[in-house]
Amino acid sequence: MKNRTLILSALLAGAFGTVHAAEDLSAKVEKLVASSFKPGEGQDMSRLVQDETQKLCSKYRNNPPAKDADALNKRERATIKYPDGNKLMGDWKNGEKLAKGGFGMRIGAIEPDPTAKQKGGNGGNCYACHALDPKEVAAGNIGPSLTGYGALRGASDDIVTYTYDKLYNAQATVACSSMPRMGHNGILTPQQVADITAYLVSPESPLNQK
Amino acid sequence: MKRNLTVKGMAALALALAAPVAMGEVSVEEYRAMLADKDANPGFLVIDQGEVLYKTKRGPKNASLEKCDFGLGPGKLKGAYAQLPRYFKDTKRVQDIESRLLTCTVTLQGFDEAEIKKKTFADQRYNETNTDIEMLAAYVAYQSNGMRINPPLKHPAEKEARKVGEAYFWNRHGPMDFSCATCHAEDGKRVRLQNLVNVYNKKDIQATMSTWPTYRVSHGVARNMQHRMWDCHWQMRTPDIEFGSPATTALISFLTHQAKGGTYDLPGMKR
Repeated sequence: MKNRTLILSALLAGAFGTVHAAEDLSAKVEKLVASSFKPGEGQDMSRLVQDETQKLCSKYRNNPPAKDADALNKRERATIKYPDGNKLMGDWKNGEKLAKGGFGMRIGAIEPDPTAKQKGGNGGNCYACHALDPKEVAAGNIGPSLTGYGALRGASDDIVTYTYDKLYNAQATVACSSMPRMGHNGILTPQQVADITAYLVSPESPLNQK
Repeated sequence: MKRNLTVKGMAALALALAAPVAMGEVSVEEYRAMLADKDANPGFLVIDQGEVLYKTKRGPKNASLEKCDFGLGPGKLKGAYAQLPRYFKDTKRVQDIESRLLTCTVTLQGFDEAEIKKKTFADQRYNETNTDIEMLAAYVAYQSNGMRINPPLKHPAEKEARKVGEAYFWNRHGPMDFSCATCHAEDGKRVRLQNLVNVYNKKDIQATMSTWPTYRVSHGVARNMQHRMWDCHWQMRTPDIEFGSPATTALISFLTHQAKGGTYDLPGMKR
């Protein structure tokens, strides 16, 4: 699957690479952003500053040339941090709560999320894009269904590490993935990433029940 | 504009309003069918309010908005929204309906732009009624009901707005790494149960753009495209994007051109 994506993006880059080169609108977009948000109370202008990965994915509309995609994967992989004690299987019950939550990090002067309400941390927003617990019907479909994730894959160390890494930084494996870099971007802490890992992998998790 | 809300319509409206809290009893399809009932659309009340506001002398200059030029000449409202966004010589920029309304309230009525920008949207958390600019946009847009979406693309600034608007559509930023394209560039996608428009699917984007401004049942007010742009950015966890800013206007230019040829069916009614 990954290879196919790489070949496809290489083909696309070959076919449309010149178009991108001729029409790099990055500088114009940067100017547009600079003139459309104003600093002030409740705003955080640093969120508009793109890192190298966001810049590349924007420029190539999520189809970067293969060479750039490899460099991106390596760079993002290097960001992954593990919880103290390196225990990547956390508490699936807390993982379930985090997966269901969608609250947190909305800012601005109009309708910011009150930090007082954020006792358990930010929501993981998983259901916005993924099906998880088969009993929850209100699941989005931007990402693949994760129902039965652990039942299908088992709970080997390799699967646990792969899952943790994917949650912490999805772009370590898939360049310009739609999925937010949950750990790297500070939406979830390493411990919370471990908790959601357990929610996905653990045989006791409702997600893995028939 | 005169339009009576029928008894049948009011009953459907009551159901539609109750639906979000009783979702288990009403299927999503039935809920959507109720939203499509034109006679039950409270947006018509907002349009009426907008008309009164539009014709009332207000502001430091004690003037109405009746001489506002939306591109077809001062006071020519019929079909004007169908040909927005467009380049305006007086402001030397591309403007959509809301940014143009802002210009007219400043130049004709003498209102302070910064003051208006402090409160452009009604806050649904406090059951607020629509702001002036929301009512005005609903009224002016309705004067293009039934007409084809046909924004001009002659002036270099119009071409530029469309092109840069599309590039911005793919711009990923913020802690979620999202761009507009994350949710709106493929068919059949949903966030939770909310269907998402694919702006590269002609029918899809026409159905969306032809029904804004729209009455939003969950907000209890009429909303305009500038609000939709702010709302998406808020969900993406960026700072507040400015009302009538170059970025929102460029985005709306791109979206409107994607929907070209669709027929305005106003006011819309959505969740």
